[in-house]
Amino acid sequence: MSTGNMNLTLKVWRQKNNKTKGALVDYKLADISPDMSFLEMFDVLNEQLINKGDEPIVFDHDCREGICGMCSMFINGRPHGPKDLVTTCQLHMRSFKDGDTIVVEPWRAAAFPVVKDLTVDRSAFDRVIAAGGFISVNTGNAQDANNLPIPKMQADAAFEAAACIGCGACVATCKNASAMLFVSAKISQLALLPQGQPERYRRVQSMVAQMDAEGFGNCTNTGACEAECPKGISLENIARMNRDFASAKFISEETI
Amino acid sequence: MSGFGNAFSSSIGKKFIMGITGLFLVLFLIVHCFINALIFFNDGGLTFNIGAHFMASNWIIRAGEIVLFVGLLAHIFQALRLTLQNQKARPVKYAVNAGEANSKWYSRSMGLLGTLLLIFLIVHLSNFWVVSRFTGIPTVDANGHEDLYAVMALTFQNIWIVILYTLAMISLCYHLLHGFASAFQTLGWNHSKYNGIIKSVGVWYSILISLLFAAMPIAVYAGLIH
Repeated sequence: MSTGNMNLTLKVWRQKNNKTKGALVDYKLADISPDMSFLEMFDVLNEQLINKGDEPIVFDHDCREGICGMCSMFINGRPHGPKDLVTTCQLHMRSFKDGDTIVVEPWRAAAFPVVKDLTVDRSAFDRVIAAGGFISVNTGNAQDANNLPIPKMQADAAFEAAACIGCGACVATCKNASAMLFVSAKISQLALLPQGQPERYRRVQSMVAQMDAEGFGNCTNTGACEAECPKGISLENIARMNRDFASAKFISEETI
Repeated sequence: MSGFGNAFSSSIGKKFIMGITGLFLVLFLIVHCFINALIFFNDGGLTFNIGAHFMASNWIIRAGEIVLFVGLLAHIFQALRLTLQNQKARPVKYAVNAGEANSKWYSRSMGLLGTLLLIFLIVHLSNFWVVSRFTGIPTVDANGHEDLYAVMALTFQNIWIVILYTLAMISLCYHLLHGFASAFQTLGWNHSKYNGIIKSVGVWYSILISLLFAAMPIAVYAGLIH
């Protein structure tokens, strides 16, 4: 952890659009405060680029407090950078040293085409959700507490799965660009609760089919996704999805 | 169309095949290792030859051999299909990828380890399986059984064969270290009460099986087996 301001070399992926080829471009940055967030450091760089008349670097960001899932930089070979359980916006420059060279790339997956520079199109995730990541009931007003008894362990596991912000770090870090951690979290958050039961086995089949259609890779259980997930989504969710998928295909009498 | 739909062609279904065939091969290795370890009786291979004779003459075992080859081929072909698909899923590679920060190298190298095992397997099958099934074992032992032990003792006089077998068993150890627990996870057998057991049994199994197998050519070459 450094205290004084630092000088850095950035190697940033620049790509005009998904039709053109991109390349890493070097930028020198001086006098960066260790208290800045990684995205604020990019704001400084972009301001300098704009003042010079250059095109600023396009990158995704929104809430900047680690809950929206928009920021998506692959920093020195790891999604959201070197710290565990944080998003890029929660990463601070004190995690780097004066004189460091930092390589910043977009998420790389066939299912996440580059839009421009560091921004990728993650609408494949939206289509997986649209394929079944919901419950088809009119929920109406909130019911009285404890109207539906749910064991504490079950409720906690559902809540932990629901913490997924859909940033795509799991896909980005997986050697196979597999989306199984994301899809299994979105299946589990409903499969664990009573409201999710009527469509439980339809849902797993539809969402897995959509995941495959989007061109994500296959899981090889390296565990990289769990290690890099900013929300600590567990591999247990993938096992649950696999179990539900097997039940749906081999035990359920309903075919879809 | 049958009610099973894309049960085995989907991403998860293909993984089921990897997991089921993998666990089947894990069971096979136990039997294979147990029979081979009979050479350690140091009785000129008499006990080992009894085991080998039983394996060659029992029709249930011979039928099982067909299932074994089908399972092995399924494991290999499915792995190839999955690997090709996975490569297509990331057409542009990262300039910098810090894989060691989030996963074990052998979990990321199952294809490489498996390919090394396949090369070994071709040599291994031509050393023993082809001899015992097709070209014929030349001599018989004191019990009148085909002397497969003599074939083994002769084969392991070659230092290069011994080195190849030893290296292959290192590959096998790492392949199993990931594969054993991974198969359970793929088949959905992830449970807080059993995860620890699966993990430790997997580690012990991988190390013991590989060590025992590697000890055979080394011990024969070193003249420790009589």
